[in-house]
Amino acid sequence: MIDILSYDFMRNALMAGLLASVACGIIGTLVVVNRVVFVAGGISHAAYGGVGLAFFLGLPVLPVTVAFSLGVAALMAKVTFGKRERADTVVGVLWAAGMAFGIILMDLTHGYNVDLMSFLFGSILSVPQSDLWLMAGLDTLLVAVVAFAYRGFLAMSFDPEFAGLRGVPVKLLHLAMLCMIAVSIVMIIRVVGLILVIALLTIPPYLAERGGRSLGGMMTASALYSVLFCLSGLALSYAFDLTSGASIIAVATVWFFASQGLKGRRA
Amino acid sequence: MNEPAIELKGLSFGYDGSPVLEGVNLSVPQGEYLAVLGPNGGGKTTLLKLLLGLEQPTAGTVRVLGQEPSQASRLVGYMPQLTSQGRDFPISVLQTALLGRLNSRSWWPRWPRRDRDKAMECLERVGVEHLADKPLSDLSGGQRQRVFIARALAGEPRMLLLDEPTASVDPEGRASLQELLGELAKTLTVVLVSHDLSVISRHVSCVACVNRTVHFHPRPEVTPEMFGMMYQCGPHSCPVEMIAHGIPHRVLAPHEVKP
Repeated sequence: MIDILSYDFMRNALMAGLLASVACGIIGTLVVVNRVVFVAGGISHAAYGGVGLAFFLGLPVLPVTVAFSLGVAALMAKVTFGKRERADTVVGVLWAAGMAFGIILMDLTHGYNVDLMSFLFGSILSVPQSDLWLMAGLDTLLVAVVAFAYRGFLAMSFDPEFAGLRGVPVKLLHLAMLCMIAVSIVMIIRVVGLILVIALLTIPPYLAERGGRSLGGMMTASALYSVLFCLSGLALSYAFDLTSGASIIAVATVWFFASQGLKGRRA
Repeated sequence: MNEPAIELKGLSFGYDGSPVLEGVNLSVPQGEYLAVLGPNGGGKTTLLKLLLGLEQPTAGTVRVLGQEPSQASRLVGYMPQLTSQGRDFPISVLQTALLGRLNSRSWWPRWPRRDRDKAMECLERVGVEHLADKPLSDLSGGQRQRVFIARALAGEPRMLLLDEPTASVDPEGRASLQELLGELAKTLTVVLVSHDLSVISRHVSCVACVNRTVHFHPRPEVTPEMFGMMYQCGPHSCPVEMIAHGIPHRVLAPHEVKP
């Protein structure tokens, strides 16, 4: 099993898993406690519109996708802040529209073979060194922003109305949160794919939330859960020659349902 | 210092043309313990939001402690209605109380010593200081309610605004919570909003009934007239009999003719 580390691509995959876990622990915690899982799903799918746009215009993919997702995030921040009654419907519309927009643009782009599968499932086994550095930079930025505005994020997540009355700029923090979600998702999708991003954003924070006493503790715990799932998933995929992303999700899902079962029996 | 705690003049509010509150005039002096009563949908919550500056009146003026509500919100300790939402939120009791000391310059995770001391003092005042390090999710409804009162107190307010403070609390907890609120009302203005008439404990000093209009009564009692306004029946032919146990009643005073 140790020979797994002798391959460059495997070392890179592990590193990518670790770096993605840090980002997902931080962002996923905010996503779960603010109940914006659906919004995160919407942003990540709509991001494909940015990919399509980049190919159609012949521009570099990453900057265009980041800019596109930020636009979608800002739009969603506008509809989800405050009056939330119909917000989920609008999110659903943006979700579908972004994805369809991307696919149509891909159709219109001659000579390019549409690679939707790699957007959905990523390719953690072929992560280049440069992407690792990019993700390390993203992690650093996320830790810095969340640490700086920690009390504001805590107050907003716990009770936005009360936080607003205390003079916390909740609207700005809400927008900042969705923008962080957008940027993180775009960066991580390149590495591990859309489906794994959603799994890492939701399952570890859910497991980490129970019985916790601080938001920071929940972020740390969910990052650790992510690391655990990534390592064991990659090991399984290596041992049984399975798709890496799906193996990681399988481990996380089994753990999730097992813990649900245990919780049900205890209650 | 002597401006009224709450002053509403010709206040109206409506959503999309359907009026919720109409022509409301109300003046409540500081130091009172006011119970705001009314049926669900009668405009209590709207009134609360207007007092907090979360909504703007369509007509008339609102003054809280002599200021615009949005300016006064830092002098008001607000306790929202307890809901099951966020039941599992990972936060300790002390951290929850500390949120009442937030301001727009609260950067980085660490709370200053002064804030921690103040929050601890407020937890002590409501009798839950021994739970300070526990996760909030471990607490009972009554204990949670006390923590939220501590959070409201932590900002050193001049007025407390409490939305249905006894709704999710068992009867015993309710009585001791009422004692606590009575104690707090000795040092600051307390405004309590409820749909439940039994909140009129012996500590309450005045009552306002809200059902599209507001009827103010400067004594801790509900007149048949107010009761009728709240529940849509005439003052003298009320089909509802008021029955309650345990609380010494002074609820139905004889109807007075207004001068």
